[in-house]
Amino acid sequence: MKITVAGEKKEYAEGLTVSKLIEFENVETPQYVTVSVNEEFVERASFDSFALKEGDEVEFLYFMGGGR
Amino acid sequence: MHITIRKSDVEKMIAHALSVRPEEACGLIAGEDLENGTRVIEEVFLLTNIDHTNEHFSIDPKEQLKVIKEIRKKGLKPLGNWHSHPETPSRPSEEDKRLANDSKATYLILSLMDQEPVLNAFHIETADDERTVRKEELETL
Repeated sequence: MKITVAGEKKEYAEGLTVSKLIEFENVETPQYVTVSVNEEFVERASFDSFALKEGDEVEFLYFMGGGR
Repeated sequence: MHITIRKSDVEKMIAHALSVRPEEACGLIAGEDLENGTRVIEEVFLLTNIDHTNEHFSIDPKEQLKVIKEIRKKGLKPLGNWHSHPETPSRPSEEDKRLANDSKATYLILSLMDQEPVLNAFHIETADDERTVRKEELETL
């Protein structure tokens, strides 16, 4: 299946979960990453079970903040 | 890394940061990475500091995602973020370092503590559980 990951078209096997995608994409500090699929945030507790499908658009986001 | 930013974008950040002072201002930066290693900031986005304080900033993930989508539609790449230090120097604080989880990002910090605003760019990465900071070469065009 074809999905878009962080703006790039990628080919992956059917049934790929968000957890596996994080692993395959070598996402840095995965414990801090937030994932959106088609502009909806995926709950972290669902990463292992959330299966991606053809045409999905995935973004990896990091919380952005800081202090003085 | 050599980073370029337009003078008009710097002025846009300064104007926004001054308008929300004493709160910290924040936003995203987008552009492209050239083959010669130069990072070109093509556009600066102004986002809401949902903390609304002079001591901290947080970007709303929903607003962040909305702007990321806008960046993609424009054919640009998200390059990192920027924020202001209304009362402190242009360098990453301990909290800035703690929350810098993306080593591919460029972190711009705009200090308003002196009469003349100061903008610097930083690369922050984690090695052996320690955050290391490198000041980048920032050229205003």
